[in-house]
Amino acid sequence: MTQEMSAKELIARRIALELQDGDAVNLGIGLPTLVANYLPLGVNLLLQSENGFLGIGPVPAEIIPVGQPRMVNAGGNPCTILPGGSTFDVSTSFALMRGGHLDACVLGGLQVAENGDLANWMVPGKNVPGMGGAMDLAVGAKKVIVAMEHTNNGEKKILKKCTLPLTAKGKVAVLVTEKALFRFYDGNMVLEEYAPGVSVDEIRAETEAAFTVSDNLKEMVISQVGL
Amino acid sequence: MKSKKLEIEQVASFLRDGMTIMYGGFMGNGTPPRLIKAILDSGVKDLTMIGDDTAFGEDLAARGPEGVGLLIRNKRVKKLVTGHIGLNKEAQRQMLAGEMEIELSPIGTLAERIRAGGSGLGGVLTPTGVGTSVADVKMDVTINGQKFDQKQTININGRDYLLELPLRADLAVLEAVVADKSGNLVYYGSMRNHNPLMALAADTVIVEAHQIFEVGYINPDHVMTPSILVDHIIYPI
Repeated sequence: MTQEMSAKELIARRIALELQDGDAVNLGIGLPTLVANYLPLGVNLLLQSENGFLGIGPVPAEIIPVGQPRMVNAGGNPCTILPGGSTFDVSTSFALMRGGHLDACVLGGLQVAENGDLANWMVPGKNVPGMGGAMDLAVGAKKVIVAMEHTNNGEKKILKKCTLPLTAKGKVAVLVTEKALFRFYDGNMVLEEYAPGVSVDEIRAETEAAFTVSDNLKEMVISQVGL
Repeated sequence: MKSKKLEIEQVASFLRDGMTIMYGGFMGNGTPPRLIKAILDSGVKDLTMIGDDTAFGEDLAARGPEGVGLLIRNKRVKKLVTGHIGLNKEAQRQMLAGEMEIELSPIGTLAERIRAGGSGLGGVLTPTGVGTSVADVKMDVTINGQKFDQKQTININGRDYLLELPLRADLAVLEAVVADKSGNLVYYGSMRNHNPLMALAADTVIVEAHQIFEVGYINPDHVMTPSILVDHIIYPI
């Protein structure tokens, strides 16, 4: 099954098992958003939308046109708010992040360094979209989970030191790729899981960062939702 | 009580070249479309705009509103202080070509700078951006009589914070779903975003309302922006 699965899906399925029922979580745009598709039965999250609410619901059945009052998510796309949700201004929304009130956030990554530094917001001269909420999230969420493909067309992304502009220093708690899961303990990077069929040697060959291998190294288990 | 009703044609009398304007909204949701159009129609230029993002570019009109992008596309903006320009190609192009100065800020920092500007605070200390390029921004600031030309990192009880200075504007243009005639405002869902913060932080505040009611209609417990912050109201058509 997994050999047919895309790298992104594998990553999202593994991260889905990192989250606990009832957690308040912010999922970044792109790959991180996929995590919501694979939450096991009984794991209900309160998802935060950084533009100012908790309880992101699905796309509405009927799209309200631009110009009329409507709910949108942080990407500006129409969405709903679930029962039990709440709305607030951006100051409160970012206080939830910076103040340590979110149990976890899942962010995409361009590079991660062995000390837990994250770069994910710009490529100088190429793509300068702005950091949006990424820096506040990375600084403040209780558990910063990075979802990132292991390499970019063969170019290493897990480095001794990030070469791209940083999003936050030393804040990554968990890094999940399609080959491995690493956790960071006081700035030390530890390989704890390998994806099915991937050897530690292969992970070493595709990782510049220095990491230790956990005594409890095991094969990655992923969410089976819909498989 | 003096009426706060303002006709859209009267907005031009509040505008002048080179002024600083805050605009509510997040991806254009909560940005007042008629007020943005009135700013464009007035012919005013060299504006400094402060707001969350640059919404959807003209090429993405099917996905969402253009918001402040209308002023950017028509070259009215000299400087932009914002958190995200990723879905507006023209804003990115003008920045990379040096046609428009852009100060990129983490959105939480932007919100707190606006809140500080409207709350009588001298600044904000935030851990966001420490050790990143956000800390390297050129900034003229005098602290205890000493001049600095760069944003300052301050260590308090062992943790580093960036000193971020308050933001204020000459004018704030906001969108509310419900207003009463005295200027009490209620926002809807995700449209609240920066609007209540900006209501505090500008010399003149003009609100575009979807619905207008007599004073007393809104339960005081439901008011999100108190009337004294609002100078003028554009009534619904």
